Amino acid sequence: MTLESRYDAIVVGAGHNGLTAAAYMARAGMNVLVVEKNDWIGGAAVSRSLHDGWTYSNCSYVCSLLRREIARDLDLPKYGLQVIPYEGGASFTRDGDHFAYYSDHNALRREMARHSARDADAYRAYSQAIMRQCRFIRPFLLRDAPDPASLRPRDLGELAYLVKKAHGLGSRELGETLKFWTMSIGDFLDEHFENDLIKAHLAGSGIIGTGLGVYSPGTAYVLLHHYMGDIDGGIGAWGFARGGMGAISNAIAASFKDHGGTIHTGAGVEKILSKDGRVQGVALEDGKVFYAPVVASNMDIKRTIQHHVDTDDLPQDFTKAVNNFKIRGSSAKLNISLDQFPDFPAAPEHTSFLRGDMHVSESLFELERAYDDWKDGRWSEKPYIDMLIPSQIDPTMAPTGAHMMTVFVQYAPYDLNIDGNRSADNWTDAQRNAMAETVLNQISVACPDIRDRVVHMEVRSPLEIEREVGLTEGNIFQGELTFDQLFFNRPVPGWSQYSLPIKGLYLCGSSAHPGGGVMGAPGANAARAILRHETRHGRMKGYAA
Amino acid sequence: MSNFVDPKLGLIPGPFHTKLAEQNRARSWYDWAGYAAPGILDSMEFEYFALRNQSSLFDISPMHKYRLAGPDAVEMLNRLVTRDVRKIKKGRVGYAVWCDEEGYVIDDGTLFHLADDDWRLCCQEPMLTWLHDGAWGFDVAIKDETHDIASLSLQGPTSFAVLEAAGLDIAHLKPFDMIQVEPDLMISRTGFTGDLGYELWCDWGKAEALWDRIWQAGTHQGLRAIGYEAVNIARIEAGFLTAGVDFQPVHATERLHRGQTPFELGLGWLVHFDKGHFNGRRALLSKQHTPRSLLIRCDVEGFKPAQGALIYNGRKREVGHITSGIWSPTAKKNIALAHVRMPDAQRASKLKTEIYTLEEGKWDTRMARLTPVTDAFFAPLRARATPPART
Repeated sequence: MTLESRYDAIVVGAGHNGLTAAAYMARAGMNVLVVEKNDWIGGAAVSRSLHDGWTYSNCSYVCSLLRREIARDLDLPKYGLQVIPYEGGASFTRDGDHFAYYSDHNALRREMARHSARDADAYRAYSQAIMRQCRFIRPFLLRDAPDPASLRPRDLGELAYLVKKAHGLGSRELGETLKFWTMSIGDFLDEHFENDLIKAHLAGSGIIGTGLGVYSPGTAYVLLHHYMGDIDGGIGAWGFARGGMGAISNAIAASFKDHGGTIHTGAGVEKILSKDGRVQGVALEDGKVFYAPVVASNMDIKRTIQHHVDTDDLPQDFTKAVNNFKIRGSSAKLNISLDQFPDFPAAPEHTSFLRGDMHVSESLFELERAYDDWKDGRWSEKPYIDMLIPSQIDPTMAPTGAHMMTVFVQYAPYDLNIDGNRSADNWTDAQRNAMAETVLNQISVACPDIRDRVVHMEVRSPLEIEREVGLTEGNIFQGELTFDQLFFNRPVPGWSQYSLPIKGLYLCGSSAHPGGGVMGAPGANAARAILRHETRHGRMKGYAA
Repeated sequence: MSNFVDPKLGLIPGPFHTKLAEQNRARSWYDWAGYAAPGILDSMEFEYFALRNQSSLFDISPMHKYRLAGPDAVEMLNRLVTRDVRKIKKGRVGYAVWCDEEGYVIDDGTLFHLADDDWRLCCQEPMLTWLHDGAWGFDVAIKDETHDIASLSLQGPTSFAVLEAAGLDIAHLKPFDMIQVEPDLMISRTGFTGDLGYELWCDWGKAEALWDRIWQAGTHQGLRAIGYEAVNIARIEAGFLTAGVDFQPVHATERLHRGQTPFELGLGWLVHFDKGHFNGRRALLSKQHTPRSLLIRCDVEGFKPAQGALIYNGRKREVGHITSGIWSPTAKKNIALAHVRMPDAQRASKLKTEIYTLEEGKWDTRMARLTPVTDAFFAPLRARATPPART
């Protein structure tokens, strides 16, 4: 054993959460190593150039959830992170119309009234209901989820906090809260609005990354999950990281290194070593072995437990719960280099809403049909697309005058169905290209000239996302965001507080509370738990403490 | 025949007014030296981000501009301002402050060394009388060019790319350099944002043509016309002071002791005692080590902007106030400029500020710790790189 192979803690996976956990630990004085299987860092918060002159946010593509407490604690702007909000959005229809989601409130009201005077009026109550729920949930993101079955003072304290916050809501709002956590986004929107297009536009956030349909219970919470972030205090606002989402990971990594941290890339973890129920370190695929009394896994819970630890050391009910953890792939991604700005015939020229998220789904019914295709193991014939052209705002993503387009695609199955045989192996190049054609057809509803604009295209099925990023089945949240897998149930009941049944082994990725999105919260929360349990340093310092 | 020229009531249009009015969807004009100037054109937030992320165009024509020409121009200026202007070479711009005989700051501004014996002073406050008084005994001609020269501030990371697209070769300009790039156009690499940026100077009558040329060039660079509110956020991030906000120009002060010395404003580096006599030198010599208060930069605990908040040492002892306080969208910090009296200013980390908040009809107050910061809150490398980056 050489001296440099021993650390105070090892983080497995240089995703943004792993790096966040590592950075907090390094700031607290721990000697931390991050190991990463890819030659680059970032996990799903990554920017890569696959075609000269263009840069993609290959996986995650927009930013809102990143906790400002974390950005401030780790001083991320100093290390190069610049987050820029985008404005507006739109849904285009096949008959040549559109619904524009203007960021200008007055314009938005007038645009809604163009489609439905009633909906324009209803929008205020709708957004207030959502903001009220966001306000309630946001403080819990950087707190441990209390274990309701535990009598430990800390859990009781957290429970008391929860009760106090819930009490502040009043019985009517609390009822609203419970509805939000259990009902479908379709039902919720039907309660507020009458216009199909407006409902379809607003529903998207309820299904993104989720193996559920707009009328599946639980999707209202998924929508909330997408609204509870903020940009500079503007709750629900979304933006880009300048230079792509990798800029977030790179800034966290720079902050980590500046505090003495080490990152080892190009070799994944073969095994997380343990002895007598206590973690010892990691053995890498390249034969290197590193030792530490603490190992934090940024991999999802399934990948961590099923593939990289000795299950002999684990309680059977835990292993069973992990095996049953829902982590279904439901989305694909296209990243496109464009030679120039595509034509949007339905939009007024140079309109600001083209800088936002654009869609082509026209009704909740159409979205539900798209889900039906997925259940059958096919990609949707008319998929929901979340499409943006970040290069309008971020000048670093494409050559001057050219553009970069990111297209999130929902739904695409992991285990593709070919003639009744469902398997991830069915994702051949031909199938992938066929899916891309389907998506291009959808895009052409908004921009008919899209095929003429394509210079280069990266197509990622759930299988690619699993293979490259390591997300089981290509699930972008490291596990479904349904209530049975949230809060004190995340990832599995009894193990919601970042530690796992092997002593010294922690979970620091999105499989842990509060879940997915480029938030950093699971990483910061895991670091807090590690510092409390494993070190003499005790309490973490900072806004996320 | 009458000599009457209608002085006009209210705000009058500046040289770029037509262009600005076309884009002024917010219809928010404010009074800048009598001109209708945009506070917000469309959205303060997106105007700000254009400035920090792409590029922005802001009309600074209402600034006061004075031409000082003649064989004694340097001597006269050296008598007037506290820094040694002999060190500002031809083709360079220098930031300067000037004081009254009590050593209190009258104003700050920029000095452009245009040619031998030929200078221009740009500042916020009217200075004509003061300049004429200061020129007594010097061979120098003073001309108020405020209404002759129009000026645009082009700021942001793609500002160089915009000028390049406009066919202007200014790659070699270093910060505070300037160049007469065309017979009717001077460009200086200056600004009030702490970012990469330029100021463009032309004849009042050629303003609209200049605007069109830059606007056209900015098509693919995300160029956006912006109002003062966005600029104000950027200048606080850069740690720059605004007259009347972060210091009281002594000529505009009835209570004369409310004036402040450069040392009290953190501008001691602009005072050069070794250059010979200048206005306020004697007072400044005696006051330089005994500031009554200090202007400090600080990081305010929490996320609520501290604009106007009072500062306390302990529970009750009031020791200062925040002059400019904002949430910085780029530094992701709650930042502030503050006046704190001595000696408390030297122990700023012991201080707290009381922030009032109004949320949905309810006033509240919270105490927030201050952490002193020495550097600018945001100082990107791109602001200094030469040749500059295009993005």
